[in-house]
Amino acid sequence: MIYEASPFAVVLFVFFVMFVLGLSFYFARKTKSAQNYFAAGGAIHWGVNGIAFAGDYLSAASFLGICGMIAVAGYDGFLYSIGYLAGWIVALFLVAEPMKRLGKFTFTDALDSKFNSKAIQLTAAISTLIVSIFYLIPQMVGAGALVTPLLGLPHWVGVVIVGAIVIFIVATAGMTSTTYVQFIKGGLLLIFSVILSIYIFNNGLSLTPDNETGKYHEFINLTPVIENDLITVEGYNVVGIRDVKGHKFVKLEKDGINRWFNLVEIDDVAQLKEMLSISVLPDGMKLYNGEDKENRKFFQVGHMSKIIVDGKEVTETGPLGPFEFLETIANSEIIRFAKVQFEDAGNEVTLWYQKPTEGSAMMSPGLKFHIGEDATPWSKWNFISLMLALFLGTASLPHILIRYYTVPSAKDARKSTIIAIAAIGGFYILTMFMGLGAAVNGVLDVESSNMAGPLLAKAFGVGLFSIISAIAFATILGTVSGLIVASSGAIAHDLIDNYMGKNLIDEKKVKAGKLAAVAVGIVAIGLGISFKGMNVSFLVGWAFAVVASANLPAILMLLFWKKTTAKGIAWSIVSGIVSSLSIILTSPTMWERYGLDGADAPHMLDNPAIISFTLALIVLVVVSLATQKDNEKLEAAKA
Amino acid sequence: MDHGPAVQLGKDNAADKKAKLGVWMFILYSAFYVVFVGIAVGSDTMMSEIVFAGQNLAVVYGFSLIVFAIILGIIYNAICTGYENKMNKEEEL
Repeated sequence: MIYEASPFAVVLFVFFVMFVLGLSFYFARKTKSAQNYFAAGGAIHWGVNGIAFAGDYLSAASFLGICGMIAVAGYDGFLYSIGYLAGWIVALFLVAEPMKRLGKFTFTDALDSKFNSKAIQLTAAISTLIVSIFYLIPQMVGAGALVTPLLGLPHWVGVVIVGAIVIFIVATAGMTSTTYVQFIKGGLLLIFSVILSIYIFNNGLSLTPDNETGKYHEFINLTPVIENDLITVEGYNVVGIRDVKGHKFVKLEKDGINRWFNLVEIDDVAQLKEMLSISVLPDGMKLYNGEDKENRKFFQVGHMSKIIVDGKEVTETGPLGPFEFLETIANSEIIRFAKVQFEDAGNEVTLWYQKPTEGSAMMSPGLKFHIGEDATPWSKWNFISLMLALFLGTASLPHILIRYYTVPSAKDARKSTIIAIAAIGGFYILTMFMGLGAAVNGVLDVESSNMAGPLLAKAFGVGLFSIISAIAFATILGTVSGLIVASSGAIAHDLIDNYMGKNLIDEKKVKAGKLAAVAVGIVAIGLGISFKGMNVSFLVGWAFAVVASANLPAILMLLFWKKTTAKGIAWSIVSGIVSSLSIILTSPTMWERYGLDGADAPHMLDNPAIISFTLALIVLVVVSLATQKDNEKLEAAKA
Repeated sequence: MDHGPAVQLGKDNAADKKAKLGVWMFILYSAFYVVFVGIAVGSDTMMSEIVFAGQNLAVVYGFSLIVFAIILGIIYNAICTGYENKMNKEEEL
């Protein structure tokens, strides 16, 4: 896509950054002890903590990733919203209060509270670092992707800006400033998601979704003449025909410009439907719909081809209520865009063709996850495994768990979790409207679905776009800050202080935490630049699988099974990490990333939780039963 | 060893009862979630059936899972607060 910076967006962005830095500077003066640095002194009000939970949890994957996925795959994107929210039930009913009672600064503290085991300290700290890095990469990539349309700056500059600001936030005031950044961001995200949804309902649905950014591009339909397989089109020269994956694509030339069209048959009549194309020439030059980027012929897409209200076709609906909005989409037809890639005369060609999709299909599972008529046993297991990871992952995310140590009591931990569930649940319901709104308002960037939410806001005005983009940027700041605090705690408190037995005095522990935060921040910047272009929600789904396998069996069994031993916990964490990572690295998706055929991968499971979680649980039980003498010795020592 | 809560916590006599309640509520919600995943995998046509206010089962069930989580959370908190008020007050007396 071609983006232009808006002066208002720049001013808003600078104001927001200055405010956040000022806030961190203010709290820095109060942050002297380790308790203040790692746990905000345990003095945060449960209401503030609840919204900060939302600010911490609703990462780039939620706001950018889910809205984008709903925009391109309908209800299947919403399944992520359901799974992510359901995970909070595990946190509330099983984990919140016990974690508060057992831990001090990190989730390793809670796991190790009974045992004082070096093995637990090491494995849990490593697990925290691995999961945090899995989570950090997409956030940093998202930061780079956002800065491009917001400020007109290159991707790497966005990553460096986020990295530098977050290092400042965490290295100055640790968990206190992180909490307030997350609180402000969480609150703003909720308020402006409601405002954006109201815009969507007021706008209604239209076959020609013209908006503030301009008139929606009307895609050209041509009627070819086909005789003896020879295609001719009046006013155009046919310069190429390609058969790809059962589709016939025709390259037409007019006024020296080549454009691609999709040959389809509608009511037994052949038609050529205009496509979007990017051709990379052998010298590296890119042509967008056959022209230079500056000519702006590469359009935003997403529209309805039929709108049915009360059984009748209409061209627009006018304002709609939330349920009417969903019902009308379900009864109508949406044009989605599907992607194909091939080589044509030495050029690398990427085409996006129009794919009419029934609204009822958009509103039911099955467009992304193959669980309907086209399902295979593997695709069904993949889906079940993903839903399991989403359900079990939340309650064991290190950057979420450390938030339980910032409130004064177990009761406050519980209450803040309920506030979080209400705030996050409300937001996830809105993702359905924001995602579908982006799908039908002609705002989608086919190159990256991640920008669906902010670009939808742009359709309603640059002001709203600037605010939403600044909030999306804050979304990343909030989550990255939380992840860096968690990583910093794992290094300074779990590894240096406890595992290596340095027994640092308070002041030195804070210093070690700050240095660790700077180091992790620099690593995050490097990773964010290296992984440019990666789908924002891609790694987050895997982070959930790893964390559900590595941490949750250990947490749950420690809380609910008295025979759990230190060795059982440590081996469970190791087996959870190793098995989940092994399955991920040999999955069909990774096979394709290695440049191989996904069908040749050793197995067809993309989501490992169903195997790795079960394995970690079995390992914990077996090792614990085999090492019961350790617990007897521990009891004897206590007596 | 440097573990234990960051702030001093008093004894909570209601902890066991709250934990048991939590487990039962977790089982209840999990069952609701498992049925949802089961229907999605087992019968995609059922998910497309219109069931309420012009909405199909997928939308109604999906929204219900979110709203149910919020309602269960509020009920859980109310019951837990009741336990705490009763059992921790008795201790003080």
